[in-house]
Amino acid sequence: MIPASFEYRRAGSVQEALGWLAEDPDSTKLLAGGHSLLPLMKLRLASPSVLVDVGRVPGLSYVRDGGDHVAIGALTRHRDLETSQVARAQVPLLAHVAGQVGDPQVRHRGTIGGSLAHGDPASDLPAAVLALDGTMVIDGPHGTREVASSDFFKGFLETALEPEEMLTEIRVRKAPSGWAFQKFNRRAQDWAIVGVAAVVDGDARVALVNMGSTTVRARGVEAALASGASASEAAARAAEGLDPPSDLQGSADYRRHLATVLVRRALEEATATRG
Amino acid sequence: MSAAVMEGAAGVVGTRMRRREDAALLSGEARFVHDLVVPGALHMAVVRSPYAHARITSVDVSAALGMPGVVAAFSGADLAGEWASAMPCVWPVTADMQSPPHFPLAVAEACYAGDAVAVVVAGTLAEAQDAAGAVAVGYEELPAAVDLEDAASDRFLAHGDAPTNRAYTWELVPDPEAVRRAFEDAAVTLRARYVQQRLIPSAMEPRGVCVVPHPFGGEYVVYSATQIPHILRTLLGMTAGIPEGRIRVVAPAVGGGFGSKLDVYAEELLCLALARRLRRPVRWSEERSEAAQATIHGRGQVQEIELAADADGRVRAVRVHLLADMGAYMQLVTPGVPILGAFLYHGVYDVAAYAFTCTGIFTNKTPTDAYRGAGRPEATYAIERAMDALARKLRVDPAELRRRNFIGADRFPYTSVAGLVFDSGNYEAALGAALELVDYDALREEQSKRRTEGATKLLGVGLSCYVEMCGLAPSRVLASLNYMAGGWETATVRMLPTGKVQVVTGASPQGQGHVTSWSMIVADKLGVSPEDVDVLHSDTGVSPVGLDTYGSRSLSVGGTAIALAADRLVEKARLLAAHRLEVAPEDLELSGGEFSVRGSPSSTVGLGALAFEAFSAHDLPEGMEPNLEASATFDPTNFTFPFGTHVAVVEVDTQTGRVDLVRYVAVDDCGNQINPLIVDGQVHGGIAQGVGQALYEGAVYDERGNLMTATFADYLVPAATELPGFTLGRTVTPSPSNPLGVKGIGEAGTIASTPAVVNAVVDALAHLGVEDIEMPLTPERVWRSIAAAAHEPGGDR
Repeated sequence: MIPASFEYRRAGSVQEALGWLAEDPDSTKLLAGGHSLLPLMKLRLASPSVLVDVGRVPGLSYVRDGGDHVAIGALTRHRDLETSQVARAQVPLLAHVAGQVGDPQVRHRGTIGGSLAHGDPASDLPAAVLALDGTMVIDGPHGTREVASSDFFKGFLETALEPEEMLTEIRVRKAPSGWAFQKFNRRAQDWAIVGVAAVVDGDARVALVNMGSTTVRARGVEAALASGASASEAAARAAEGLDPPSDLQGSADYRRHLATVLVRRALEEATATRG
Repeated sequence: MSAAVMEGAAGVVGTRMRRREDAALLSGEARFVHDLVVPGALHMAVVRSPYAHARITSVDVSAALGMPGVVAAFSGADLAGEWASAMPCVWPVTADMQSPPHFPLAVAEACYAGDAVAVVVAGTLAEAQDAAGAVAVGYEELPAAVDLEDAASDRFLAHGDAPTNRAYTWELVPDPEAVRRAFEDAAVTLRARYVQQRLIPSAMEPRGVCVVPHPFGGEYVVYSATQIPHILRTLLGMTAGIPEGRIRVVAPAVGGGFGSKLDVYAEELLCLALARRLRRPVRWSEERSEAAQATIHGRGQVQEIELAADADGRVRAVRVHLLADMGAYMQLVTPGVPILGAFLYHGVYDVAAYAFTCTGIFTNKTPTDAYRGAGRPEATYAIERAMDALARKLRVDPAELRRRNFIGADRFPYTSVAGLVFDSGNYEAALGAALELVDYDALREEQSKRRTEGATKLLGVGLSCYVEMCGLAPSRVLASLNYMAGGWETATVRMLPTGKVQVVTGASPQGQGHVTSWSMIVADKLGVSPEDVDVLHSDTGVSPVGLDTYGSRSLSVGGTAIALAADRLVEKARLLAAHRLEVAPEDLELSGGEFSVRGSPSSTVGLGALAFEAFSAHDLPEGMEPNLEASATFDPTNFTFPFGTHVAVVEVDTQTGRVDLVRYVAVDDCGNQINPLIVDGQVHGGIAQGVGQALYEGAVYDERGNLMTATFADYLVPAATELPGFTLGRTVTPSPSNPLGVKGIGEAGTIASTPAVVNAVVDALAHLGVEDIEMPLTPERVWRSIAAAAHEPGGDR
């Protein structure tokens, strides 16, 4: 449980962090809350030679009402998101999901940017951002670009971020009502075996946790709903086209079954709470 | 508290005094092995086999020796000359038991994933770990005996040069003919197979060792996170070839053991041998994932149990066949663990015919050994699951079936068919109290209502009535079981010149709160406050003789020795008081630490004053030695038999298979209680651990023998978030096995709770045809059981 040796640098600004990243992008990693990266390093599954700590970069921890959307700074810790009045009023799904991550110690350290950039399909926040049709704001050596959340998650622990880029802000559509999150796990602090984030506000967006190599939208469910299917009819298509993992917590078949049950429950709950 | 326990009333015994240990533990003041600052200590890292079974073809430490900070690196062959004998197993249960030689480092053959094959010693922990990765070991992988039943077939041999994986077969069949007849004549028979999965003990503090040599005196101080400093000292000396008197073992604060620190481990011997060889302190701290492989596992049995019963459900005979997974080697008491349960497979029921057979099998997995309850949880699980199955078969309420079979309260002391004498008990009272606390009839109504309504959250109620044998142990009985040591405990109680009290015990706690309990006993005996009682323990330099802590023995045996020593101290003080007051000793009464003359209450002398007189020794009666102190060694004449009833209430989501434990009632009887608050704590922790086995925990190996559950992300230990508040009740039936009347409570919760929870889940689903679900009852397993039952005709309810 001792990581391989590495150089540690603390960045004072996004520009400084980007500068260091550009020096050796392939063996430099950004460190925010550290709750995904550090365990990998301790198990020596990741051995970056340089860690750039962005945890104290000022100005990247906020939840702001942006008119038609809510903007969240990438360094916003889960606990701050969970308790943010703006998030609770405008995107209660996101505040709720932030409160479901790990345990209180994790939530006081982990950041939304770190969680999304890590690209773990078992994490909860990516599904919430997908269901909220989020947009990622990314800074890099050539300026700022925006990537739709539906184009962001590329593969297992792989995102649209280039090695020399940094995620700085997440924007999500407001959805004050008509939402639900179903997290199925064995213990409160565990990753979801399967999770479902659903938003029903005119159209319906349903995103799944741990049902493939990335966080995914349940396109079959969304299509069924668009053509007027009931919640349980739509939920039957929850695992359509998906290839969920088999592990100690559940087989692929069990995950497919769980997805149908949890999607139905999420849709029923979201519909019932729609204001 | 019964008056029999203490002379004089109004003491602290029986009160819910807060634990004296907690301030130091909670504030971080307590020092564990890893916290010890030892100047100049080298750090040891262990290179472990990644294969479950492999021939070791080469070990090359040269690259490691060239790494920064590395002082030494050794293969098993390099250190072979360090050992006077193989590592000890002190419980050869049969004369013909097989026990392959087990050395701290494997030399030619690695027999489980995690088996130690080389060590590296360096200036810092990080340097040692980096260099361990540079040791090049050549392996030739061999087929591994992984699955217990497959290993029993000898398809693959766990040890290359052994003829069979069978270690021993141990039988307890007092009257084979009676068993045969009972099964022939039975109106109903029942046969069930249960699997006791392997558990990873997961004490909060992993193991740690630090050995400090004193080269000029030829002495070694061994700091170890151990439950057994005394046993360890003797066996370290024998194994490393060091006279016992030159080894001092100290167990500083120890963060839990649950049996996993009741062992002599390779790393303790390695640090000792390396300290001897290098003449420098050598230390090792176990990492969590390392602990999952290198520290013993618990359970690991396949149980077959048969009941023969009358038409009204009276059980006439119990027949049990066990396969027990030893793992790759015999650790300290590995073969004896199933034997600790062998006598209890008829549980709390009056059964006339009994047959028990256990076969121990070697596999290429981490060795098993004692884990909280050790043999008794397994026995209780089998009989309590089987009683529920019999109740379903006979369509009798499970509580009623139990009542029909209980050993009656008027039958104690009760000589069991397996040859034990149950000291005292009232099983029906505990069951009655538990059913009342849980409101059993209302639960049954609610259960039936949900079934009728077709609810997807079904209710299940599970009972578990248990008895255990603990207070290990009468030495003569241990002799009859081939255990190599005795079961006594020692104590010295000394009143210092200031009137403060010093207690020295041979028991060695790991967080149970024993110091609080012991000092409460002494406080009442001597009329002092518990805070004035200092207890010295867990250091063979200050407590040279003892048998340590395991098997719920530290109050019933260790505490009794302390009480007896305190009584002897009082008797000495009485003689001194009589001398001082010029009366006959028998005319003195002791109350609140003061002797007074019967009929002349103004004539008094306090124990504190007597202690000073005994210390100054200016005027002692003829022949009396100075100082107010006394020692005692207590060897019990019988085990103690705690008992009780636990009731678990679960909700099962039939759509997902999720089980929620919604209520839990435990009524335990541990005899007299010194401190009911500590009893509550032991019951709480025990229940949580037993729920862990029922619903969450299990060591999983793949078919090549790789441990798949070496982190807490994969090996799920339940936390407070998974558990409801527990409703605790108690009955008090004092034990006649010791003068305190106490029975022990350290293991009861673990013993009772596992079958209660599994019975509850099966109870929720029984009407669908579910009879058994293998532990841990994961949501997927529960869901699959429901689905399988739906496809199987003949679910009989």
